[in-house]
Amino acid sequence: MRRFGRFGKITGLVAAASVVVLALGACGSDDGDDGTAPAASGTAAAKSIKVGLAYDIGGRGDKSFNDSAAAGLDKAATGLGVTKTELEAAEGETDAQKEERLRQLADAGNNPIIAVGFAYATALGKVAPEYPDINFAIIDDATLVDVPNVASLTFAEEQGSFLVGAIAAQATKVGNIGFVGGVNTPLIQKFQAGYEAGAKAVKPDIKIQVTYLTQPPDFTGFNDPAKGQTAAAGMYDSGADVVYHAAGGSGGGVFTAAKSAGKLAIGVDADQYLGAAADVQPVILTSMIKHVDVAVYDMVKSAVDGKPLTGAKVYDLKVGGVAFSTSNSAVSPYTAMAEDYQKKIISGEIKVPTTPTS
Amino acid sequence: MTVPNPTRLLASAGAALAAPLLALVTAVTVTVLVLVGSGSSPLDVLDTMVTYAQRPRSQALMVNSAVTYYFSAVAVAIGFRMNLFNIGVDGQYRLAALLAAAAAAEISLPPVLHVTVVLLIAMGVGASWAGLAALLKVYRGVSEVISTIMLNFIGTALIAYLLTPERLAVRTVGSNNIGTPTIPASGQVPGISLIPDSRLQVYGLAILAVAVGAGYWFLLSRTRFGFDLRAAGASEDAAKASGVRVSRMIIISMLLSGAVAGLVGMPQLLGAAHTFSLDFPAGLGFTGIAIALLGRNHPVGIAIGALLFGFLDNAATSLELRGVSRDIVLVTQGVIVLSVVVAYELVRRVRTRAEQRDVARRLAATTPAPPAPSTPQEVGA
Repeated sequence: MRRFGRFGKITGLVAAASVVVLALGACGSDDGDDGTAPAASGTAAAKSIKVGLAYDIGGRGDKSFNDSAAAGLDKAATGLGVTKTELEAAEGETDAQKEERLRQLADAGNNPIIAVGFAYATALGKVAPEYPDINFAIIDDATLVDVPNVASLTFAEEQGSFLVGAIAAQATKVGNIGFVGGVNTPLIQKFQAGYEAGAKAVKPDIKIQVTYLTQPPDFTGFNDPAKGQTAAAGMYDSGADVVYHAAGGSGGGVFTAAKSAGKLAIGVDADQYLGAAADVQPVILTSMIKHVDVAVYDMVKSAVDGKPLTGAKVYDLKVGGVAFSTSNSAVSPYTAMAEDYQKKIISGEIKVPTTPTS
Repeated sequence: MTVPNPTRLLASAGAALAAPLLALVTAVTVTVLVLVGSGSSPLDVLDTMVTYAQRPRSQALMVNSAVTYYFSAVAVAIGFRMNLFNIGVDGQYRLAALLAAAAAAEISLPPVLHVTVVLLIAMGVGASWAGLAALLKVYRGVSEVISTIMLNFIGTALIAYLLTPERLAVRTVGSNNIGTPTIPASGQVPGISLIPDSRLQVYGLAILAVAVGAGYWFLLSRTRFGFDLRAAGASEDAAKASGVRVSRMIIISMLLSGAVAGLVGMPQLLGAAHTFSLDFPAGLGFTGIAIALLGRNHPVGIAIGALLFGFLDNAATSLELRGVSRDIVLVTQGVIVLSVVVAYELVRRVRTRAEQRDVARRLAATTPAPPAPSTPQEVGA
């Protein structure tokens, strides 16, 4: 009888542990669910084209770079009727594992396959030649321009940032503006470089505060609104009245800080004025739009049309790959000068630097 | 009494198997429940995993992940045996990998020597970074849990400072990545074609992982030092009383832990990437903690745990293709570690009680005058 009593206690403990674990597990598995549901709800137009998308760490739902790519994919799925398969990178993985992801997408019959983020460059460089009949694209990298079945889709972030820098310099009343970068990488430094150049073109003696939320390999700076808020609040406290963020999902915190300080902020990637809550909208003066969604859509469209993109394609001001938004009417006094700069950049009269001088 | 009792032998074998079996059953049950709860078919998942495991390529990937995890887990386990929680393996291996990568690209030596020197540099850097925590603990009483975590952050900042074009990094035209210059051929470690039919080779440094495992086993269970270390880990006071210098043990075991941690990045650096760039694998130090727990700090147990985690991590991609979130793998890994920890603790308690009962019974049998017949059995309660 005693034995039974003990056994009962053990099973009870195990059961209790299982319940706790199960509860934890249920929480963990929730947010990933929508990321992988294959949606094939298109018209019959596209002859069963299967698009594979390999996200960087964070995947769909990062409210940033990956989401922008996802938006382009969704548009293609509904508008062009293609089937989509999405895979996501894991933390701590190697190039071999990225290669494996691309190979699995290729083996599953996806064509085209789009790799989101420069981290895929090495892996794609190995995989693409193994599948000469499949078209690949990579976002934010141009090291594979010589591989015939790879389209390198890059953006002139510095050009768009130059224009919002020019807007910020006009909008500031005190000659003091700020830049919040998500993660200190060469890519985000391009945003900073353009912004600083644009602001200095308007006001050569302007004071520009710069901060980065995290250092690689800590990429949480792209998804940490609390850090963004602290950083921006610090800048407003030190006298800035316009802050531009290139910090992905952390940008929400920058807007919150702008709202409580009664100052202005500039969004990034998408037209963030449109996505913001009504009470936050007034502080979002403009946004530097980076059309990752357009690049993804273009790639899928070109494949549906039977002429898949290859080689280098730079989404710059000229082709509308980057732009500043005008949905907030408060920006209208400053757009004339920005458009003037835009013309000069497109004509080549102004060369925008890609690395910060400071 | 000298003849081993066959039933008792059987019972102890059963007890040895009880914990892993209990853990396995719990982990499988919970994972199945989670799968059903999240709307996936467990059979489908099992089928996907089995299919995946049969591909030669997956096996090579699994072994490669496991090699990396093995170094990380052994580094953590060395600390655990000394009752030290080295959470700083992550910072130690990343800093070691960066400096080793920079040095490897800079120096020119004959092939084997080149690799040896680079490995020594990596171990030295890892050991020094961990050594800081050891010194803080011994001389200032700072808990290594706190100091190693903080050193992770400092390491990250230091890497960010060093990995710029002005210092250790070079830019590649057209790339948004940034990394150290490519390591010349003499500093690269060729792979081994361990898995037939797979073009993906296994890291050459897999051999080093085996050697480290063997060294770890030998050091702990076959040397005076290992005995002292385990004694100090089990009871600091008892060790002190028997003449072990505990502070010396703390410093040496942290240095050893850090040195092994320094090797974590080496298979990938010298065997595949040949450069330390922004996307160099991060977070492996934390995986090592889970695997050390799973493997119960035993060199073979850790190897099994590392292979299991390596398999699960790589199978996640194929699950994702079948519409199962890759988070399910994280859940499974968490459940496995928890089950193992809980199961061993339960079995340990049951065994302790059984032993106490046994001793009490024998005492009662050998003592001629039966003293107080009812109470001694309840000692273990």
